Amino acid sequence: MSAVEGSSHPPQGPDGQASSAVMSYREALRLALREELARDERVFVMGEEVGLFEGSYKVTAGLLSEFGADRVRDTPISEEGFLGAGVGAAMLGERPVVEIMTINFLLIAMDQLVNHAAKIRAMFGGQVGCPLVIRTPNGAGNQLTAQHSQSFEGWFASVPGLKVLAPANPADAKGLLKAAIRDDDPVLVIENLPIYKEKGEVPLDPDHVTPIGRAAVAREGSDVTLVAHSFATVRSLAVAERLAQRHGIQAEVVDLRSLRPLDVQTVAESVSKTNRAVCVEEGWPSYGVSAELAARIQNACFDDLDAPVERVGMAEVPLPYAKNLELAALPGEERIEAAVLHSLGQA
Amino acid sequence: MSSATDSTSKPGVSVEREQRLASYEQLLTIRQFETEAERQYKAARIGGYCHLSSGQEATTLGAVSAMSEDDLLVTGYRCHGFAIARGVPCERVMAELFGRRDGCAGGRGGSMHLFDLSRRFYGGWGIVGGQLPLATGLALALKRQGRAAAVLCELGDGAVNIGAWHESLNLASLWRLPIVYLLINNDFGMGTSVERASAEPALYRRAAAFRMHGERVDGNDLDRVAQATGRLLARAREERLPALLEALTYRYRGHSVADAGLAYRTREEIAAHLKADPLERFRSMLLGIGVSEQELQAVAERVQQRIASAVSVAEQSPEPDVAGLARGVYAPGSAKQFARMLPGSAFGERELVFESGLGE
Ligand SMILES: Cc1ncc(C[n+]2csc(CCOP(=O)(O)OP(=O)(O)O)c2C)c(N)n1
Repeated sequence: MSAVEGSSHPPQGPDGQASSAVMSYREALRLALREELARDERVFVMGEEVGLFEGSYKVTAGLLSEFGADRVRDTPISEEGFLGAGVGAAMLGERPVVEIMTINFLLIAMDQLVNHAAKIRAMFGGQVGCPLVIRTPNGAGNQLTAQHSQSFEGWFASVPGLKVLAPANPADAKGLLKAAIRDDDPVLVIENLPIYKEKGEVPLDPDHVTPIGRAAVAREGSDVTLVAHSFATVRSLAVAERLAQRHGIQAEVVDLRSLRPLDVQTVAESVSKTNRAVCVEEGWPSYGVSAELAARIQNACFDDLDAPVERVGMAEVPLPYAKNLELAALPGEERIEAAVLHSLGQA
Repeated sequence: MSSATDSTSKPGVSVEREQRLASYEQLLTIRQFETEAERQYKAARIGGYCHLSSGQEATTLGAVSAMSEDDLLVTGYRCHGFAIARGVPCERVMAELFGRRDGCAGGRGGSMHLFDLSRRFYGGWGIVGGQLPLATGLALALKRQGRAAAVLCELGDGAVNIGAWHESLNLASLWRLPIVYLLINNDFGMGTSVERASAEPALYRRAAAFRMHGERVDGNDLDRVAQATGRLLARAREERLPALLEALTYRYRGHSVADAGLAYRTREEIAAHLKADPLERFRSMLLGIGVSEQELQAVAERVQQRIASAVSVAEQSPEPDVAGLARGVYAPGSAKQFARMLPGSAFGERELVFESGLGE
């Protein structure tokens, strides 16, 4: 099947070839996998339902027929076993890309990732590395309930030895996944359920990668900085538009893209300019990404801050099933907007 | 003792005509409930994941009917039929699927997390294999408390390759715990067939690795499932011996309502299984022992009525109270432990957590 669906009059590159195309986040990830599988024999994909079933969220659709069962490997429901097998294979120079169906199931494999993969390079004096990629979606919505609606990326981002990336749009989904596959360390790529279908312009150059450790200013503004990653970036951008229209507030949105390494510099430059920061994440704020950001911001921008750093995240409950409770618990646009207004002393 | 037997060819014993009619009514109730759940899901009145058990009714009802009142039930996420078989009223299950206050988990659990303490149904769990260690722990408590009861713990064929399975069976055998693991082998875990997932696809044999009794039964034969489960539960209660019972059956629908269920199997395969349909089988048996078409028709009408009324109860049940979002996250009395987090909370905790009944 075609990796690029629904592309519309793509811009031309210098050689007359299209230099980019519009595609969904899921298609951008698929294109990254195809390009890397084609580029490097050492790359192989494994996970539950990635082959015959074409991926639980269809990211790997078409890859089994294109690359065969050795490169696109269906696994039993054995997260600890196959993620760990990825660790071992990576130690011997393979480039495994392990898909964990959702981040909730990554907890079962956490021991192999945190106690093993993250330690290898340092614990053995640098003799061997672990170029492993783990892809998994976080996120909530659609009433998936308490055991299937979590965002744990902050836990993993606290672990030295791991790198954690979290693209918020199709271009970065492709660029960051490719960067992860080419990286020599274990990298966790956080995808996101609600944005798999989002579309955007994606560079087609097979050597285009998004650098690890660089945030992006996704929207410029002067009054307040919203710092976010993954789906929280999408929500923040929508809130920024609302704020401009309804309140004449110009919010800058910093999309972290990379949680570890964290681009503190881009965040600090923005907050030094706007003097206010609202940190937004899908997960629970306590001990989370926004907690880390608040600490970094007060440290880097102490003299520039005109208000305390605000945080918005999921209500600190195991997410209930009922739609009205779910909506109340998730960090929706109203709650983000309220935090911004509070930061500006307008509420 | 370690043994592995195949009892698929043993004949069933006969039971009372009335009892059989009642069983038929229950089988049909489960089937029709699932059909209605699918319809309601497609009409967007049920959200989340919705896993139907159509085709597996004889296993579900057979196993649950063999439980004593004091036995405990634990299942995975494909649990509507188990709840109904255990006596949870259809309207409380439907209301849970609708996310309403009268649901058997108060609208907080949904399709995958049904629960009813009064019927000793300890859930409805969504992480594959996650229910196994905790069910094993329930059996440990039964043993420590000297209760003449056992645990029936359902799992799917997809759950036998996860660490929790091996660890649980080993503990149960090592500590002689009163638990029967009911392994529903419906050929697939999502789109992966048993042969593609398990190096030893005769799953009941794997009990031998733990010196546990393992046995396979025709899961589309209600009597055989009931007999085998009853025998193994009795042994668990009386001798404190765990067992593995593998029931061979088939799921007609996709993995969940969102899966058409055709990417990994053919329509012909499904049609072939439909020929061995447990409900049809039961129906012909009833006709064979002299039950009339009119009697069966009366059953069908009662079932239809029950399902329709379940939907209307669910529709009329109110949504849970948003102000109670955090109710029950912690045990009563915990609110004061959290009291010193209150001042200055900056991200909605005040409204959403602390003033909404946490630990009260
Ligand atoms: C640890 C874990 N990994 C993956 C999943 C996603 N998942 C949900 S159900 C399922 C298949 C399970 O199949 P099986 O055990 O045979 O039960 P069935 O669905 O047939 O009832 C998978 C892979 C999960 N819920 N938990």
